[in-house]
Amino acid sequence: MNRVKEAFSKGKAFIPFITAGDPSLAVTEQLILKMAESGADLIELGIPFSDPIAEGLVIQRADERALIGGVTTDKIFAMIKRIRFQCDIPLAFMTYVNPVFTYGTERFMQKCRDTRIDALIVPDVPFEEKAELAPYCEKYGITLISMVAPSSHDRIEMIAREAQGFVYCVSSLGVTGVREGIKTNIGAMVKLVKSVRDIPCAIGFGISSPEQAARMVQVADGVIVGSAIVKIVEQYGEDCIPYVAEYVSQMKQAVGCPDFTEL
Amino acid sequence: MSKGRFGIHGGQYVPETLMNALTQLEEGYRYFKDDPGFQEELKDLFNNYAGRPSLLYFADKMTSDLGGAKIYLKREDLNHTGSHKINNVLGQVLLARRMGKNRVIAETGAGQHGVATATAAALMGMECEIFMGREDIERQSLNVYRMELLGARVHAVTSGTKTLKDAVNETMREWTSRVDDTHYVLGSVMGPHPFPTIVRDFQSIIGREVKQQILQQENRLPDILLACVGGGSNAIGLFYDFIEDAGTRLIGCEAAGRGINTAETAATIATGRLGIFHGMKSYFCQDEYGQIAPVYSISAGLDYPGIGPEHAFLYDSGRAEYVPVSDDEAVLAFEYLASTEGIICAIESAHAVAYARKIAPAMNKDQIIIVNLSGRGDKDVAAIARYRRIDIYE
Ligand SMILES: Cc1ncc(COP(=O)(O)O)c(C=O)c1O
Repeated sequence: MNRVKEAFSKGKAFIPFITAGDPSLAVTEQLILKMAESGADLIELGIPFSDPIAEGLVIQRADERALIGGVTTDKIFAMIKRIRFQCDIPLAFMTYVNPVFTYGTERFMQKCRDTRIDALIVPDVPFEEKAELAPYCEKYGITLISMVAPSSHDRIEMIAREAQGFVYCVSSLGVTGVREGIKTNIGAMVKLVKSVRDIPCAIGFGISSPEQAARMVQVADGVIVGSAIVKIVEQYGEDCIPYVAEYVSQMKQAVGCPDFTEL
Repeated sequence: MSKGRFGIHGGQYVPETLMNALTQLEEGYRYFKDDPGFQEELKDLFNNYAGRPSLLYFADKMTSDLGGAKIYLKREDLNHTGSHKINNVLGQVLLARRMGKNRVIAETGAGQHGVATATAAALMGMECEIFMGREDIERQSLNVYRMELLGARVHAVTSGTKTLKDAVNETMREWTSRVDDTHYVLGSVMGPHPFPTIVRDFQSIIGREVKQQILQQENRLPDILLACVGGGSNAIGLFYDFIEDAGTRLIGCEAAGRGINTAETAATIATGRLGIFHGMKSYFCQDEYGQIAPVYSISAGLDYPGIGPEHAFLYDSGRAEYVPVSDDEAVLAFEYLASTEGIICAIESAHAVAYARKIAPAMNKDQIIIVNLSGRGDKDVAAIARYRRIDIYE
């Protein structure tokens, strides 16, 4: 089975996001191992970009810290290579198109295959520009994840029809960041995707609490949490590992418990 | 290939959240572009509000001083709000209103595009918010107050390099959070399709007027057109009607800052490489890993790490040339134009004036150079004084 699909095969999936190199690649390496141990089903790893236009302040600052710390795409690949001796968790890269394009799209995908990166999420490549990446993803067996947003409306059908792995459902308008309430009718969005294609749907953007996560998996197959985790990394720096691990196991428990809200 | 391509350049590299808004904009523009009512209203605003057509002025003293080609100045600095930016803004804000939007947002570098947007918003009764890098706010404080007088809210952008590219990032982020009632008035021929086309069409009035004016005054087409290039809107506006006229050379002047061999430059064609950023494939100043470079120019309006996709294509095809002009050369040209012609031009435009000074002397007296004076220089006076280490109170 495709390893991305596998992430959704053991019940509802919890997908944490961290920025590679924040605060250092050594910590990132430990975070990946610990998050995997704490129940993460797939880990989304951000390759930092100088101008992350889909991110709110929290992840912007993480990208800045990582880049100031001297992280590069090559150093990230080297770190993944080390991790793969110890840990086989499905991994998705999240980055912007320019770091991939300038690295050389084919060379990038080749390295992804060599380090067993499973999937790629690139928020500034919409359906219409997929051809920029898809042929190379296909050639090297990398799953290119599609996103749908609350403003997608009639586009959802076209996107879902060609989606692979899982569909990343953006919960709210705007950029990443912790939100109090999510007003979008997520259930309707997921239903629309699934009416076209039987494919897992994971909700991301704005989710931080176990309650929110539990509510989301009542209508979806998984949740993606970024800013809430990056905030912990920001707060505790080098010492963040146990705090993040604790948070991840809490969240995993919440998504794994069907009537959490009634607890 | 996807929509909005100029050769390999252009495209629509934006988050999914914005795609429907871009499609609506494209459809709205396609409809109103050919709508006589829309065109009439725009023409009326151009002529009776912005002061078009702008003059094509024969710079007699500059011409005889340089002793070569005849030099004409296209006086976009005389437009209402003091730059070419008003052409694009009146078009886009009118379009936004026709499309039922009641709020406009925009990035600004030098503040000229922000002032123009705030002006059009005031005139057409729209809510207006402007995003400007904190560094530029300090460089151009007069324009900040001007925008506020016009009723706009100005947000200081403190991320990244705190200049134009970061202002674009922040305006895009704001747009993704409120796409339904808001139009993003992009300020140059850049960004995702359809912006490069829309902005070019609204700015192309410059070249159309120039063609008529020069035929009237000289009964022949010019040999060289010169314009400064940030994103490239005043340059494409001047060039567009001449693209088929092979006898006219098109030259864009990029900001070299402290020199193209230093890191403190914004000369994209001279120092950049192919990339994908701000919604478009084009050339960008960046490092080997695709991180966008922190560019520099004395001119806030040219302090941008990219260039519009149509320019990238004109460069690839060899139809247009792009040359770097340094801070020092631009400041000298700024002072030169003031003392020879009595015109204080924008420091952006001074980059094109500087290149005219460089090439005119070696040309024949019957040849013609037309320089786009994209804006006036009131906003720059304090910065030039600082550059000359002169203390003045603004
Ligand atoms: C007077 C003036 N000229 C030129 C520019 C550069 O923009 P563009 O290359 O789009 O004409 C600006 C931008 O702020 C400007 O204010």
